Amino acid sequence: MTTSTTTSTTNTPSIAPVPMTPAQEFWHYFSSNKGAVAGLVVIFIICFMAVFANWVAPHSPSDQYRDALLLPPAWLEGGNWSFVLGTDDVGRDILSRLIYGSRLSIAVGIVAVTASLIMGILLGLVAGYFRGMIDTAIMRIVDIMLAMPSLLLAIAIVAILGPSIVNAALAISIVSLPHYVRLTRAATMAEMSRDYVTSSKVIGAGPLRLMFVCILPNCLAPLIVQATLGFSSAILDMAALGFLGLGAQPPTPEWGSMLADALQFVQRAWWVVTFPGLMILITVLAFNLMGDGLRDALDPKLKQ
Amino acid sequence: MNQSNNSFDNASDKKLILKAENLKQHYHVRQGFFKPDAVVKAVDGISFNLEKGKTLAVVGESGCGKSTLGRMLTMIETPTGGSLAHLGEDLLTLSSDAQAKLRQKIQIIFQNPYGSLNPRKKIGAILEEPLVINTKLSKAERKEKSLAIMAKVGLKAEHYERYPHMFSGGQRQRIAIARGLMLDPNVIVADEPVSALDVSVQAQVLNLMMDLQQEFGLSYVFISHDLSVVEHIADDVMVMYLGKVVEQGTREQLFENPKHPYTLALLSSTPQLSPDKRRVRIKLQGELPSPLNPPSGCAFHGRCSYANERCKSETPVLRLDENTTQEKDHLIACHAVEEKRIDIISQGAA
Repeated sequence: MTTSTTTSTTNTPSIAPVPMTPAQEFWHYFSSNKGAVAGLVVIFIICFMAVFANWVAPHSPSDQYRDALLLPPAWLEGGNWSFVLGTDDVGRDILSRLIYGSRLSIAVGIVAVTASLIMGILLGLVAGYFRGMIDTAIMRIVDIMLAMPSLLLAIAIVAILGPSIVNAALAISIVSLPHYVRLTRAATMAEMSRDYVTSSKVIGAGPLRLMFVCILPNCLAPLIVQATLGFSSAILDMAALGFLGLGAQPPTPEWGSMLADALQFVQRAWWVVTFPGLMILITVLAFNLMGDGLRDALDPKLKQ
Repeated sequence: MNQSNNSFDNASDKKLILKAENLKQHYHVRQGFFKPDAVVKAVDGISFNLEKGKTLAVVGESGCGKSTLGRMLTMIETPTGGSLAHLGEDLLTLSSDAQAKLRQKIQIIFQNPYGSLNPRKKIGAILEEPLVINTKLSKAERKEKSLAIMAKVGLKAEHYERYPHMFSGGQRQRIAIARGLMLDPNVIVADEPVSALDVSVQAQVLNLMMDLQQEFGLSYVFISHDLSVVEHIADDVMVMYLGKVVEQGTREQLFENPKHPYTLALLSSTPQLSPDKRRVRIKLQGELPSPLNPPSGCAFHGRCSYANERCKSETPVLRLDENTTQEKDHLIACHAVEEKRIDIISQGAA
C-alpha cells in the first residue's frame, strides 16, 4: 500500500505531493514493523477459524470416537489423517477442539477487553477531568486492586460468583481495569492543559462534551495499544482459570481446560498437552507483536 | 479611580465595550505543612476601559501577569477581586446561564497555534463547534457560515476537510482567528497571537486582524511583549510590571513621550531601523522579582536606576502625570516622575 502511494506520486511530479491521511500514515509506520504484520496475519487466521469453525473443523468438538482413543498426530506412526493432530483420552479430535476453542478465547478476549476498556475510560476520564476528591477515591481503589496479584484476585472473584465462562470473563475484566484507568487518567491530565481544551471551554463546551468529544479521541492511542496487549493477557488469564477448573466447564472446548484435562497423559501422549499450549502461545505472541507495532505506529514520540 | 471617570467624561459618545475595575487575581500557594499559605498576586488591581473598534495592548515581560489578565477577561479564570463589565453588565455577578451567554462575546486567540487546534478534528468541525454548542443552526447553515468566515480570514474552501497538522503556523493562526469569529464576538483577547510565527507571517496575521477589526468593529485586548508589534496595532497601551500597571496611555503618548523608567527600558530594547529614532540602550539588571516575595514599595525599585529611599518604602499610585496636564489619560505610577527626577537624568544621558 505504501509502495503504491509513493510510486504514484513519483510518477506524476506535476501534482504536488498529497499529505498522507492519518490512516495512510498509520499503515506506513505499522507495515514497516514486520513482526506486527505477521501478528496481524496470525490474528486474522485465528479470527477466521473462530468465525467459520462450523465449516473449517473436520469433526464436531464433542464427538467421541471410541475406537480412536489417544491417537497420535497423523504424521506419526499409528496416526490417522482424519484426526490430523490426534485425539484425546475420550477420542475427540484435537484439531477440531482447538478450532472451536479459538471461538471461546476470542469471545472472552473481546468481552473482557471491551468491558474493562469502557469502565477504565469512564473512571479515568472522570478522575483526570474533575481531580480532587473523586480522583483520590478512584485512584486509591485502583491502587488497592494493583496491590493484589491479578490471578489471585480473579480466582477470588470467580470463587464468589461461581465458575462459568461469563464470570471468568467478568473477573478478567475487573482485574485488568487498573491499567486502563491509570492510562486514561494520565492522558486526560496531559490533554487538559492543552490550549485546544481551553478554547473549547471558552466556546462554552460542557464537561461531557469536553471529556468525550474533545479529550477522549486524543487519548485513544495508548489505550488501543493497551487493549491489544490486554487481549493477550485476557486469553492467558482465561486459560489459567480454565486450567484451574474455574473457567469453561467440560465438555466446552477451551484451551486452558484442554490442558488441564489432559495433564495426566503428558507422559504417554505428548500431543494432548502440546497443541493447546502451542495455540495459546501463538495467539498471545501474535497479539503482543501487533500491540508493539500499534504502539510504534500510534505513538508520535517513536516516529521519525 | 480617577482614570475611569476621566475616560467616561470624554467617551460618552463612544461605545464602551469592556470595563475592568481594580481586577485582581491572587493565588494561594502552599509552602509546606507548617508554613502558612503564601499569596501570589499575579494581577493586582488593574483598571481599563475598552471602546468599540479599539485595541488595547498589554505589554510586559514574562511573568508580569499579562496572560493571567487575558484568562480573566475570557473567564477561563474567575478574578478574586474587582469588577468586569461587558456593555454595562457585570460579568462576575451574573448567573452562570447569563454568564455563558455573555462569554460568547469575548473570545480568545492563543499564542501557540500548534496547541490550540484539536489535532483529531477537521477544520470544518473545529470551526463549527461553537455553533453546535451555542446555536440551533442546521448543518448546512453551519457549513455556510464557516465557509464564509474561512474566506474572510484567507482560507480556501478546500481546507474545510483538512486536519490541523496539514497547515503551517500562519494558516493555523488564521484558523484560530476564524474560530474566534464564529460567534460574532465583540471582544477578542489575543494572547501573543503572533509571537510563535515567522516575522513575514506575523505581518500578514496582524494586517488580517486589523482588517477584521474594521470590518466587524471588533475590540482587541492584545497581549504582547513585542513593542514593534504593539506600535503597529494598538490604540491604547498598558505596561505591566509584576501584576501592576506602571504606565498607561494612548499609543502616541507611550511611544513618543514615555515616562516610566520601565517603559523607557522596554522601548530602548526594541531595535529601530532609523538611526534618528534609536534610543540610548538601558540595560535592566537582574530578573523579574518573585511574585511570592515582592519587593516593598515600588516593585521596580531593585532594577531602577532612579530609585531612592521613598521608592523602597512607599508604593507609587497610578495617577495622571501632572507635568503634562493636557494629556488626560496618560497615567504613570512612579515617584521619580512625580518628583521630576527622571527628566534631568535622561536629558543628561541623551
